[in-house]
Amino acid sequence: MSTTATFPAPSAPVTLPDPNTPRKPLTKGDLTAERPTWCPGCGDFTVLALYLKLLEKRQLPQESFCSISGIGCSSRFPYFVQAYGAHFIHGRSLPFASGISLSRPDLHVFVFGGDGDLLSIGGNHFTHTSRKNIKITCVIMDNCVYGLTKKQTSPTSPIGFKSKTDVTGSIDQPINPVKQAIAAGATYVARASSTNPNHLLQLLEGAVDHDGFSVIECLSECVAFYPGAFDAANPRKGGAFNLIPADHDVANEVAAYKLADAAFPGYFGLFYQSKRPTKNRLEAELNQRSQEKFQGLKDWQILKKSFEKMQ
Amino acid sequence: MQTIEKVISMSEATTLAAPALGGAKGASAVPEAIIRLAGNSQDGIQAIGGFLARLAGRSEQEVMTFMSIPSTISGGPSVFQVRISTGEVLSAGDEADLLVAFYQHSYVEHLRSLKKGGIVIYDKDQVEPNPEWEKDYRHVGVGITSLTVEAIGGTGRDKGKNLFVLGLLARMHDLNTAKLNELIKGRFGGRDAGVLDNALAAFNAGYGYSLEGAVETFRFSASAPKSRRQVVMNGNEAVAYGLIAAGVRFGTAYPITPWSDIMEILRRELPKYGGTYVQCEDEIAAICMALGGSFAGRVAVTGTSGPGFSLKTEALGWGVMAEMPLVIIDVQRGGPSTGLPTQVEQSDLNIAVYGSHGDAPRIVLAPASVEDAFYTAIEAVNLARAYSVPVIVLTDQAIGSRIEAFEEPDSEKICQDLTPDLTPVASHKLYDLSAPDGITHRRSPGTRILDGRYPVATGLEHDEYGHPTGSPKLRMDMQAKRRKKLQALVAKLPVPTVHGPAKGKVLLVGWGSSQGPIREAVDRARAAGTELSALHVRYLNPLPPGLGEILDRFERIFVVELNDEGLYGYGQLASLLRSRYCNPRIQGINKTEGLTFKVKEILDRLNEKMTRLSNLPA
Ligand SMILES: Cc1ncc(C[n+]2csc(CCOP(=O)(O)OP(=O)(O)O)c2C)c(N)n1
Ligand code: SF4
Ligand SMILES: [Mg+2]
Repeated sequence: MSTTATFPAPSAPVTLPDPNTPRKPLTKGDLTAERPTWCPGCGDFTVLALYLKLLEKRQLPQESFCSISGIGCSSRFPYFVQAYGAHFIHGRSLPFASGISLSRPDLHVFVFGGDGDLLSIGGNHFTHTSRKNIKITCVIMDNCVYGLTKKQTSPTSPIGFKSKTDVTGSIDQPINPVKQAIAAGATYVARASSTNPNHLLQLLEGAVDHDGFSVIECLSECVAFYPGAFDAANPRKGGAFNLIPADHDVANEVAAYKLADAAFPGYFGLFYQSKRPTKNRLEAELNQRSQEKFQGLKDWQILKKSFEKMQ
Repeated sequence: MQTIEKVISMSEATTLAAPALGGAKGASAVPEAIIRLAGNSQDGIQAIGGFLARLAGRSEQEVMTFMSIPSTISGGPSVFQVRISTGEVLSAGDEADLLVAFYQHSYVEHLRSLKKGGIVIYDKDQVEPNPEWEKDYRHVGVGITSLTVEAIGGTGRDKGKNLFVLGLLARMHDLNTAKLNELIKGRFGGRDAGVLDNALAAFNAGYGYSLEGAVETFRFSASAPKSRRQVVMNGNEAVAYGLIAAGVRFGTAYPITPWSDIMEILRRELPKYGGTYVQCEDEIAAICMALGGSFAGRVAVTGTSGPGFSLKTEALGWGVMAEMPLVIIDVQRGGPSTGLPTQVEQSDLNIAVYGSHGDAPRIVLAPASVEDAFYTAIEAVNLARAYSVPVIVLTDQAIGSRIEAFEEPDSEKICQDLTPDLTPVASHKLYDLSAPDGITHRRSPGTRILDGRYPVATGLEHDEYGHPTGSPKLRMDMQAKRRKKLQALVAKLPVPTVHGPAKGKVLLVGWGSSQGPIREAVDRARAAGTELSALHVRYLNPLPPGLGEILDRFERIFVVELNDEGLYGYGQLASLLRSRYCNPRIQGINKTEGLTFKVKEILDRLNEKMTRLSNLPA
């Protein structure tokens, strides 16, 4: 092991292997892993299919990203993607993903999770990841119910929803994920539905290209415990899929917030986007400033300087 | 019983030679001095205590400090004790040779911590001495407040009294004023020249004040020259710099006393090395983010004190299950709940060893001293890497806050580079069951795997690629894998060595910061002719080899630890050892009042226990 410890600043790429080796184009087949264990008809299949399509379309090699999730039906996601992944604990995928993002600038980190996972038990982390604007793409697969634990009220369940924990109907005010994300400081906030794949792909692409914390709330029906939840947003079921008006200014936070307040089924598309610097960048700049005085010194020499002050 | 009598008589004797009092002109040579400064926390007594400690370090002396600070921010009574010696220092000392009392309450509270015949310097402007006590302790009144005001102006409530006292002490102990001046300049030589001028003026006033006739002066006898320069730091600093030397470049935490110092240092220092330290929204986020960093190829560190450790335990289990290297520092304080937030306890052993649901084997280490804390941090990082497992380092408030001098570590030799290796590999089974001793190492994201099969790090029971399994056989094999790794580690650990005779009547067992006072207790008893031995347990999980055999060689074993005796009469390490070795001769000496063990206290408690045992019907 070398004693000349050099460590790339978070902004600097980690040395990547064999950049010149010619590679076969990445196919959906390469990216497919275990067969999903979801119920037939579950909306999560579409999200997975579109994710794989995105990776293929953008030709993101398997060593350039990772898929992270917490616990829930939707959070089984990483097992179904043939690439680096982590299936973490309930509600904590965002801090875990932040650890990757902040220590490995060369990786794109995707987080997939449920409404319960990301907005209830993980609600605090959602707020702080947003405000710190950590470079992560986060897809909330919102079915307005707890799927894995079999039909309890979720933080996005509408008032009146009858679940096993609210047999006469939910009474608590639900969270509006888009408003929550805007208020907390996320810098790319969009809403999609698994019933409109092309639209979802478009937003996923925008999220990947965005330098910051990008959040997509994607309605994803739980056919087992909340069937028909999103019919009102599905033209094939007699509903309306309303795109955000073309004249909406995505840089206008207040307008975005107001638009997000529309009654269900509300609008779909990109509500808000801002160029606020990421924590990744701010930390890299901090490092640059801190390292100015130590230019050319090896790690052990910097440590020795500290020891000299302790004599 | 002869053993007991001797121990009693010895525990009442004073420690090393108290400074000779009276008549002698010139400086009397002393091997050591224990100086206790008692005032309020805003008087800056920690600062002068720190100066004395650093000066000792520069003068090749051994030093150890003890301090107590109130848990309220607005201040309150505070003490700082410093023991400077030309020989080995094992504890901050039971009784002081010299007490400086800034206020009446300092005088009343702390006079009894002075040796009989010891000197108390009290502020004449604040303290009314008790004539009763004047018989047993040598009283010297100095107008500390008024003389400081005279030297630098202000109201006397302002800063400066501490430097006046430092000057006084420097004169009394013939300290190296050139070096002290350097230290004062280093500390106060900021942008405002007036601050430094005032500091030096106060110091000089103290130094120039004549104690002639009231107290004689002392001089430390020469100490053995050290081969390397000494560094002086507290245990929290030692942990932080140890982690940096180990190559840790990513860490996360949430503030909590007494851990916060470490995260503050890392936040300041890591960017210099291109690393990152993140203050998280809570302790749960902190361990999760650290695990993310570890998954990403770093060896990450998170740390906390008791309440935060409780919050981290679910994610800790994930670290064990997913086999992620991770270092968790727990600077223990008094619990449960918010407990004694600024005081010492060793009551997180159980949660460190067992905390988290399910069976989750992990490594637990506890450093014995400040120097050991530095090297333990490095060892923890390397164990985490070698065994792909979370490693918990249990320090405590006492080690964290006390200052010691030790040989400057050889930076060039010890600094490690832990940049992740992203060289492509042909294939990768994250949880390969055929690996010798079950020890596997993760490849980090960013590494191309040529056969196209990528692993998932997971907390679900899994197959070799990290995919969930319901197979009972795989479940059992994976449990065995996680267990076998640590069983394999046992064989590599050093057999602990006994301090004192290798067998005999009584063995004191300790861990963490109690090592010093326990050793000193043994040395004191043995110097008085009493047979006594001590054993320090540094590796708490898994326990080192040969420990059971050592215990077998003693008639009585007392585990001396700062935690409660529990429902069944045994403290946390005692319970662990009893369950591990089925040795019924293991007993405990416990306390939880928030302070470290004093040497005399250990011997007194031992005596009590022995007396009770000898009175039992045979
Ligand atoms: C600490 C903890 N608490 C509770 C659970 C149980 N649990 C698992 S998933 C889940 C909720 C799942 O709902 P959601 O996040 O919306 O995901 P979905 O299954 O609907 O996709 C709960 C309560 C757990 N695994 N861990
Ligand atoms: S229970 Fe609901 S969310 Fe879970 S897989 Fe089935 S349909 Fe999907
Ligand atoms: Mg859900």
